[in-house]
Amino acid sequence: MENSRFLVSSSPHIRSGETTQRIMLDVIIALMPALFAGAFYFGFRALTLTATAVVFAVVTEVVMQKILKKPVTVSDLSAVVTGILIAFNVPVTLPLWLVAIGSIFAIAIAKQCFGGLGFNFINPALAARAMLLASWPVRMTGWVKPGADAVSTATPLGILNVGEAAGQALPGLWDMFIGNIGGCIGETSALALLIGGAYLLYRKVINLRTPVSYIATVAVLAFFFGGFDSTVMVYHILAGGLFLGAIFMATDYSTSPMTPKGQIIFGIGCGFLTSVIRFYGGYPEGVSYSILIMNVATPLIDKYTMPRKFGEVKKNA
Amino acid sequence: MNLWKDFSNGLLKENPTFRLVLGTCPTLAITTAVFNGIGMGIAATAVLVGSNLIISLIKKVVPNEVRIPIYVIVIATFTTIVQMVIKAYSPALDKSLGLYIPLIVVNCIIIARAEAFAAKNPVINSIMDGLGMGLGFTVAITIISAVREVLGAGTFFGMQLFGANFEPALIMILPPGGFLVFGLSIAAFNKIMSLRKV
Repeated sequence: MENSRFLVSSSPHIRSGETTQRIMLDVIIALMPALFAGAFYFGFRALTLTATAVVFAVVTEVVMQKILKKPVTVSDLSAVVTGILIAFNVPVTLPLWLVAIGSIFAIAIAKQCFGGLGFNFINPALAARAMLLASWPVRMTGWVKPGADAVSTATPLGILNVGEAAGQALPGLWDMFIGNIGGCIGETSALALLIGGAYLLYRKVINLRTPVSYIATVAVLAFFFGGFDSTVMVYHILAGGLFLGAIFMATDYSTSPMTPKGQIIFGIGCGFLTSVIRFYGGYPEGVSYSILIMNVATPLIDKYTMPRKFGEVKKNA
Repeated sequence: MNLWKDFSNGLLKENPTFRLVLGTCPTLAITTAVFNGIGMGIAATAVLVGSNLIISLIKKVVPNEVRIPIYVIVIATFTTIVQMVIKAYSPALDKSLGLYIPLIVVNCIIIARAEAFAAKNPVINSIMDGLGMGLGFTVAITIISAVREVLGAGTFFGMQLFGANFEPALIMILPPGGFLVFGLSIAAFNKIMSLRKV
């Protein structure tokens, strides 16, 4: 009783120096290699698109927070990350006003209407991509071959989907690895995305659970669905936005599970849905929709994978 | 004065779409064009006024235990009449509303007003309530369908609004656009109502 002067506050008692701003800055740094790859393969316009998306995302965040009379928190850089991710998810031929609409939709509807950072239930950048794809399907699939002459082409998955009979040959695996293929600005270069992912792992911003379980599930299912052909398997891993989605979007803090077990379930779920959409769905690519669907399932996953308290006994064992 | 209150209740204070959030199924499904919105609004209003009138008249003789089936029969009668009238005079509207005309039978607004108002109030008041609620519903879904048609198809009442360079946002006339516009207009309506009280 003599120690009654000491107050016991509730946890957490140990705080790290980590801030939202620092984490977001790390994500931006990790996205830079992919941005350079995009600019290298698709030209200067990739940078213009990205800048537009970022500017509109930040301005929308400020305007929405002023309207909703909330503290303005653009300095946490989360709107910048959303802007870059939106630009990474569109083809380089997209008009600037469309990417601006995507940014406004992502921040105003998918993020601020649900309470801002940490309260959004789906990834804002992916919500914007889904909205743009549903609204302007032709614009959103205007793929071009890398290089200055801007020849329109199909993505490797698009070629796989309709079959090689369409007259377009599949690009080589090395081209797919370094990003010399048609596709969205940020998704083509697996190499650049892996460099960014390695940096995030080094900074402990993300962990391996979700990306590895996601990519491994896609690999296994592609092997089975694709008729036990290991080339098909490698194609499915390298093609489309799998690396972009697995490293940068399936690991978004507010829309993915918090528990280790939950993160693995999340990754497997994303991988399963991606493979099913790619092989049996109407769209050639399924990364964005699979992550969106798993985003919605996140509260459920968190609920069922809640760690047991120390000493707690399983009910109805 | 009381009659006016019963009438205006449905327009703002208890707007069936924006405040009571009833009848959301037709609100989301048919608001892809202004023509459909107004057509559905008028059809529902006609059924609502008719059923309120009859239910208010028979409220003394309806046994309490079976009142809901009786209301449904009354509403179904008026819905059938409205459907035949639409089929006869506006086949185009019948075609675009399709299944949603017979579904007026299970429209929550109508059964809610029968249960909550017509079964307890005099005939004249019930008619006024039906008119007010019907008008509130019509105005609400017309606003929603106007937004969706202009953004999603670039037209208003079928008229081309913009030049050839305008690229409509297809999502607005797809189901997700219905939810988006519905949610945002409820938010806007609540904001306007909160300003009025101050």
